[in-house]
Amino acid sequence: MTLRLGSRILANTVVWGYALVILGPTLWVLSNAFKFKIDIITGATISPFTWINFHELLFSRQSDFLTNLLNSAVIGIASTAIVIVVATMAAFTLTCLNVRPWVRWALLGWALLFHMLPTLTFVGSWYLMFSSVGLHGTYFAVIMTHAVHNLPMALFLMMSFVGALPRELIQAARMDGCSYGQVFWRIAFPLVRGGMIAATALTFIFSWSDFAISLTLTSRDTMTVPVAIATFAQEYDIRYGEMAAGTLLSIVPALLLILLGQNFIVRGLLAGAVK
Amino acid sequence: MISNEPSYKERRNKRWIAISLLPAVALFIVLTAFPVVNLLALSFFHVEWREATSAFSFVGLDNYHRLFSTEKVFWDGVRNTAFFAVTAVSCQMVLGFSMALAVRTAGSYGRAMLTGIFLLPIVVPPIVIGTMWRLIMGREFGLANMLLRLLGLGPVDWLGNPDIALASVIFVDIWHWTPFVFLLMLAGLESLDGEVIEAARMDTRSRCQQIRHVVLPMMMPTIIVTLLFRVILSFKVFDEVYLLTSGGPGTATEVVNFSIYRTFFRQDQVGYGSAMSIVTLFAITVVIILARGLAQRRAAQRSTVS
Repeated sequence: MTLRLGSRILANTVVWGYALVILGPTLWVLSNAFKFKIDIITGATISPFTWINFHELLFSRQSDFLTNLLNSAVIGIASTAIVIVVATMAAFTLTCLNVRPWVRWALLGWALLFHMLPTLTFVGSWYLMFSSVGLHGTYFAVIMTHAVHNLPMALFLMMSFVGALPRELIQAARMDGCSYGQVFWRIAFPLVRGGMIAATALTFIFSWSDFAISLTLTSRDTMTVPVAIATFAQEYDIRYGEMAAGTLLSIVPALLLILLGQNFIVRGLLAGAVK
Repeated sequence: MISNEPSYKERRNKRWIAISLLPAVALFIVLTAFPVVNLLALSFFHVEWREATSAFSFVGLDNYHRLFSTEKVFWDGVRNTAFFAVTAVSCQMVLGFSMALAVRTAGSYGRAMLTGIFLLPIVVPPIVIGTMWRLIMGREFGLANMLLRLLGLGPVDWLGNPDIALASVIFVDIWHWTPFVFLLMLAGLESLDGEVIEAARMDTRSRCQQIRHVVLPMMMPTIIVTLLFRVILSFKVFDEVYLLTSGGPGTATEVVNFSIYRTFFRQDQVGYGSAMSIVTLFAITVVIILARGLAQRRAAQRSTVS
């Protein structure tokens, strides 16, 4: 009994210790968002509270951060919508219907391969392609590349949700005379809505977080939040407070996701990880 | 009439299959397959930019020849990336697995909150993690050096000293991904057969024996698959390095992706950058296929045993 209690205490110490290692530095950096510059530089632990960093970041003449937030939202929402529609339809067909084996094999194999290859090997080519047709720096270029980049993960995720539907249900619908399209719209689609919400949330987060693609394909007008934050960090005279404020705003979607859909994300991440 | 109906329906079904797969296939072909072909073609050219137009001159295998003979930075990057991947992933596996084991056997308080905290590094933008650690590891006002000063130790130049820079980057990656490995391992442990574990508890003398002879062998497939794929995914590293060190000082933290980025976008050597990309794509594809084969063989072995 004492041994069990001992090991329980040890386990809790280790895991909560690690949790502290995650939270501590994060909170330290984020707390800078509410400090005056002088307090950040002198490293004062207790300092007066201020909103000035947010004010400067969002409303000052030199800062484009509000535009950046808007760009990130537009690109995230549009690319996620495309990914979810495309992935759900393909996942249903690949899981429930008789597709020729080589089509299935080629599509899934390529999706898996593309998912694991470094994105940076593709961005050069994307840059040249979009530049040559005059689309560099447009929303269209970033939205489409974000969509294709997140498609494999959404596809695997949706396949795991569609695969969990009872087989009998789909067979019964076909016996009753439904065509494939009708089975999808009337049976599968309403039943995988939960899965679609999970995939939507994760896809949006990945699009929102993307740096490599946005860095190379956006222009000043379409620049997204991560690129803006990187620019902040590389200025000669780093504006620590505004940078921390930007960082804080940029993790709001992630925080919301954790608070609202923890179980969804765990399942989604696991499905995308070991496939 | 009656004989006509099923064939009409069959046609409609065939059409549905085509329509539902078409968008995915089109996206993949236009934005992933074509770019690879494009890169391959470009890698045989020398491209020069003159007044917003590009001049192509065919140079055959020159780019590849240069890459394999005189190039230095790229290969330093390959070495660093491999070292980075293996070191970071091994640490993550050991840490993640032991934490999962501890939580699984002993249970822990506040599981939901704990999961929430552990998810944090996984879902926030990687660039934010880079920014955070750049501030913490900053030479003058960083938290790390501030704490060291409390202990009376001199400031350490975490990111500027060529001897420590790579270790610092690896540390950040371990911090970033250990929670993910932990969650994977915990899910794996929880899917193990409870009866077998219970029987093992009866048959073995100590916790250590139980872990070594029962839990570890049962977890082996999960461990191997996670290990292989985390290593491969580590080759994607770019965001953190871009922000923390930009490959410097010197080539101390150069990684493959950063070499490609620099060659393409800062030095405008499109042909040469394409050759780098193609070599990288090819090498990683081979590794992925080998890893996949290995993982499948393990799975096949296991299913014949049990």
